[in-house]
Amino acid sequence: MSPPHTPNDLALIARQIRLRDLQAVFEAGAGHIGGEMSSIDILTALYFRVLRVWPDQPKHPDRDRFVLSKGHVALALYITLAKRGFLPEAEISTFLKPHSRLNGHPNCTKVPGVETNTGPLGHGLPVAVGMAKAAQLTGASWRTFVMTGDGEMQEGSNWEAITAAAQFGLDNLTLIIDHNRFQQGAALSDTNSLAPFRPKLEAFGWAVTEIDGHDMDQIIPALEWRGTRPHCIVAHTNKGHGISFMQDRVDWHHKVPTAEQFAIACAELSEPL
Amino acid sequence: MTAPAPPKLHDCRDAFVAVLERLGAENPRVVAVCNDSVGSSKLGGFKSKFPERLVNVGIAEQNMVGVGAGLANGGMLPFVCGASCFLTGRALEQVKADIAYSNANVKLVGISSGMAYGELGPTHHSIEDFAWTRVLPNLPVIAPCDRVETAAAVEWAARHDGPVFLRLSRVGVPDLLPEGHVFHPGKANLLRDGDAVTLIANGTLTHRLMKAAALLATEGIEARVLNMATVRPIDVDAIIAAVRDTGAILTAEEHSVFGGLGSAIAEVVVRECPAPMQILGVPGIFAPTGSAEVLLDEFGMSPAAVADAAKVLIRRKA
Repeated sequence: MSPPHTPNDLALIARQIRLRDLQAVFEAGAGHIGGEMSSIDILTALYFRVLRVWPDQPKHPDRDRFVLSKGHVALALYITLAKRGFLPEAEISTFLKPHSRLNGHPNCTKVPGVETNTGPLGHGLPVAVGMAKAAQLTGASWRTFVMTGDGEMQEGSNWEAITAAAQFGLDNLTLIIDHNRFQQGAALSDTNSLAPFRPKLEAFGWAVTEIDGHDMDQIIPALEWRGTRPHCIVAHTNKGHGISFMQDRVDWHHKVPTAEQFAIACAELSEPL
Repeated sequence: MTAPAPPKLHDCRDAFVAVLERLGAENPRVVAVCNDSVGSSKLGGFKSKFPERLVNVGIAEQNMVGVGAGLANGGMLPFVCGASCFLTGRALEQVKADIAYSNANVKLVGISSGMAYGELGPTHHSIEDFAWTRVLPNLPVIAPCDRVETAAAVEWAARHDGPVFLRLSRVGVPDLLPEGHVFHPGKANLLRDGDAVTLIANGTLTHRLMKAAALLATEGIEARVLNMATVRPIDVDAIIAAVRDTGAILTAEEHSVFGGLGSAIAEVVVRECPAPMQILGVPGIFAPTGSAEVLLDEFGMSPAAVADAAKVLIRRKA
């Protein structure tokens, strides 16, 4: 188990993960940096505070499950897992290289800590419903968390899973929607806007919490909250958060910084918090 | 003289659920997952015995397959059951990513496969499922021919640590394999030996090929008949031996002629042992209205038509 990190500790760890992510995208010449920056604070809080996991026993039957349904931000997960001890931190430099187990989307048969293979959108939540159902059937205390993108919620399979979770009364399931307001090609609101999410999830029988997805003082209590229904956290985030010229710019979904931009971004992420 | 009594027909779904219910009693981690298909998958008995372990997600196949993967991750042994056309067609990407690529210990059970839903039309025919599933790594694809092989295949699938696709029918078939038959994945069963030609099928078509072989025998033509339930991994050795010993292979399947059992066998034949082949199946069209029996006859898979096709094939031998 990790020591109970304070919100300030977690913010510092998230800053280190952002820097490593930026560097890895720059070196690999590919990645989904915008969505990585929007999700990193929540990933940090999960792995360094909330999840009950044992990096040396990644398949421990009593572990909490986390499913990264927005699998295209795999790099952020790899760095978080490495920092938490699931894989060597030096291995991050192999990201996207031939035969690296760290490809563009996470593979549970190769990468310790990854629970199921994602990449095509709308897959993680149904699998998480099955995980939570398994814990319910066996009376186990482990919990299941799943993160989707907001654009990803356009996939109908998510809504099949949302209704099933409510029907099954899965109070051990938490869905985090990384609501950064942008999908690959455009703003969510200009595409097929699902916002606001809260009334939709509430209408389907879920408990809903809305937070600033970059504020550890809001992230931690939301992730630790327990109720009697499945729980959705609508995390209001910024695509490209922490790097001024990337923030809320749709073209930074999977753009790669130039050397000059890389230097600026490094400097911004190195300023005191 | 009285005609012999017709053989007793068995619905292979009954054999499947009998084993499933016994496994459920032995192992509290066995769960059945379905898409409102409690009746058509014959899960009523399982539901009454183990009500909590019948996970009915409603009419939502993508979620059904994903839930199966999650249950397996959580340590359960899920049998995910639905009409084969919807299980494979509607949820194919979940089968690919959540089950096969993730190597999840999930047993996919496609019910009423092939032309079993005859008159309901091409939306309900599952004549693409071999093609869709057999290209996926990690996923054995199995179509048993009778109740004995069905029970044996379900037993094997439960013991196998990894994904399996079982393709079952609802059409009644007589017994073919002996009681006590043990299922070996990737191994064909020799049902009848001969040297003139080899006839290969699985599922309901194996029975038609046995009748065709009997017709051929009345003309002095001895055909080998292989029941090849496992479409992937295909039994390469049995195919090579068939060409070596008989010189030609005829296949028949309750599936499109594109991408199914015949295609899988042809891939081996062209690579290992080129020889004349005939592939019988649904000829690349959406079928007209008709029962499974009517349609299989219409597509040249009556025993007499198969025998005729075999004779044409034998004449093509070098």
